[in-house]
Amino acid sequence: MAKKSYDVQVISKLCKACGICVSLCLGKPENVFTQAPDGKAVVVKPENCIGCLNCEMHCPDFCVEVSEKEAE
Amino acid sequence: MKPIYQEYFRNNLPHIWCAGCGNGIVMSAWARAMDELKLDKNNVIGVSGIGCSSRITGYLDLNTLHTAHGRALPFAQGAKMARPDMDVFVFSGDGDCAAIGGNHFIHACRRNMDMTLIVINNNIYGMTGGQFSPLTPFGKKATTAPYGSVDPSFNLCELAIGAGASFVARGDIYHAKQLTDLIVAGYKHKGFSVIEVIASCPISYGRRNKIPNPADMMQYVKDHTVAKAVAEKMTPEQLEDKYITGILHEAQGREYTEEYAKLCERVQGGDK
Amino acid sequence: MAKVRLVQGNEACAMGALKAGASFYAGYPITPSTEIAEHMAEMMPACGARFIQMEDEIASAGAIIGASAAGAKAFTATSGPGFSLMQELVGYAAITEIPVVFVDVQRMGPSTGLPTLSSQGDIQQARWGSHGDHSIIAIAPNSVMETYYQTIKAFNLAEKYRTPVIFLLDEEIGHLRERFEVDENEEIEIINREKPTCAPEDYVPFENVAGGVPPMASFGEGYRYHFTGLTHNEKGFYSSALPVVDKFNRRLVDKIEKNVKDIFECEELFVDDCDVLLIAYGSVARSAQEAMNELREAGVKVGLFRPITIWPIDEERIKAACAGKKAVIVPEMNLGQYAREVERIVAGSVPVKKLCRVDSELVIPEEIIDMVKEVLK
Repeated sequence: MAKKSYDVQVISKLCKACGICVSLCLGKPENVFTQAPDGKAVVVKPENCIGCLNCEMHCPDFCVEVSEKEAE
Repeated sequence: MKPIYQEYFRNNLPHIWCAGCGNGIVMSAWARAMDELKLDKNNVIGVSGIGCSSRITGYLDLNTLHTAHGRALPFAQGAKMARPDMDVFVFSGDGDCAAIGGNHFIHACRRNMDMTLIVINNNIYGMTGGQFSPLTPFGKKATTAPYGSVDPSFNLCELAIGAGASFVARGDIYHAKQLTDLIVAGYKHKGFSVIEVIASCPISYGRRNKIPNPADMMQYVKDHTVAKAVAEKMTPEQLEDKYITGILHEAQGREYTEEYAKLCERVQGGDK
Repeated sequence: MAKVRLVQGNEACAMGALKAGASFYAGYPITPSTEIAEHMAEMMPACGARFIQMEDEIASAGAIIGASAAGAKAFTATSGPGFSLMQELVGYAAITEIPVVFVDVQRMGPSTGLPTLSSQGDIQQARWGSHGDHSIIAIAPNSVMETYYQTIKAFNLAEKYRTPVIFLLDEEIGHLRERFEVDENEEIEIINREKPTCAPEDYVPFENVAGGVPPMASFGEGYRYHFTGLTHNEKGFYSSALPVVDKFNRRLVDKIEKNVKDIFECEELFVDDCDVLLIAYGSVARSAQEAMNELREAGVKVGLFRPITIWPIDEERIKAACAGKKAVIVPEMNLGQYAREVERIVAGSVPVKKLCRVDSELVIPEEIIDMVKEVLK
């Protein structure tokens, strides 16, 4: 079975820079997110996303969106 | 924005809550529950009291009542009596529900009217800047307990069970998927459903109790919650500072509006 | 056809409420209002209306407001101590413009006071009991029959103006049993809240409409909107914008005060043909009328102005009634709660005499007669 891939988006204007998504990310081999200098979440390695939805479900500000990519 | 959020929220974000506040996580879990239940929004009433968590009704695309401090349940029961066919969700906080609304809470449990109460317990009065609530654990610090609280706290779920609520569950913001499941189960249960949610207030509670970082607070919630099945194998000492989560009580009880409808039928049939 | 019966004031209030279409009652027992709850508990199930006994008066007030938001015509009944507890939610009903009726069968206070003897001590509490600026409608009938009809009016005004209405009964009226001749099938105008006719997406629930009273959708009618006790904009959401707040607060007051001519009701007896005017309401107005009759028989020109609507006050009407009189006497069972309004309105142009009793007894005609003679000396 082909590895599923995900699209991860952050709606920056809603992000309050809490860092929860970064802390809960199970991305492999490393974190999907990083925090910008202002603390806001930035998607840096979407290819690492395993689709656990930890970030989306725990974002208090509804600004992280994960969606499965259509198989190519 | 995610379609489920667009479907169940009003288009008025960002919300007022601080960075890392658990209220948004509960709101998100509730939206997932709504999506699973596929309820007709026109037929759903959302009621809340006063406090940070009670601001939630302003964001939900329902028939909403943001009431007075502690009084969400009386309003909700009046609305439910007027429209027993409508679904009612009540949102409250630890201060709103357990302190100023404590009397209404136990009586709502006793009446067992069909509705779902979600109590977001962040262990503090957040809106007023961090005073201890009846659910602040013993010894924890607050602006009105600068040396640690000497007030014993309620176990809200045990209080609900003792008062007669027919469905009592506890969830938490770390186990977000479980929280959605509990909200769905609470809704499906006929009778008064109480769901306490262990949440976070990094600003007013966390900062004073050495967990100021939202991510650490999330870890704290994870470390202090234990699923019921696991808890059954633990000693009282191990459980001392833990919250037991899951469905804690479920019973068939007489539902108030149904009983009242039966009474009306009886009276109208001439049988008094 | 009207059947003649002996009916108690509290019962007449219950009957009037049902006639007005009350479909929800929530209350907490307190003398001297309890008979209203008992009558509602007995009568409501038969017509499919809903009764609930709550854990306290605050809960009762919350329940009726919640029920009204969901489309019910809702009311509660209480007395002074309970009415004090309800005050925060009187303000909530005012700011959210949710129609409800609060019946307050007054007893002597402050606090538990003298249970449960008579007083008219809640006149100012009815107006100013809840914090902040808002207006209110309050009504005080003087007989059992009038209690029935004015209860209906209380519901009508609540619905018409989207406001809490305070129905003030004296203990004397609440517990009085007297001749009651009402045809329960009589056609009486029943007013229901105006509903929006627009599409839900166009609905502006707290719109600054001309007249000040926007249409109100009930829960479950497809208009999903928000009630909050916070100062809100026309859409119903919290706002702290100065012009919004100012306009909103003024509309809450104006929608009642500017319609005073429609709301205000009074009885005037020999007002144009008197030297001394009595201004009295509720049970005391009965003593005043008796005093007036006796004095007029003796050739003393006395008139009676009886406000049935206590709030808002038609100030022009009171000013006109008092103009040119030798004196105005305001007998009441408190220390001048209505008299101070009269004093304010006539602003020194006519002497205003207070005749106050706060010993739990009704002001009797002899006392009024004595004072009239005194002022005419």
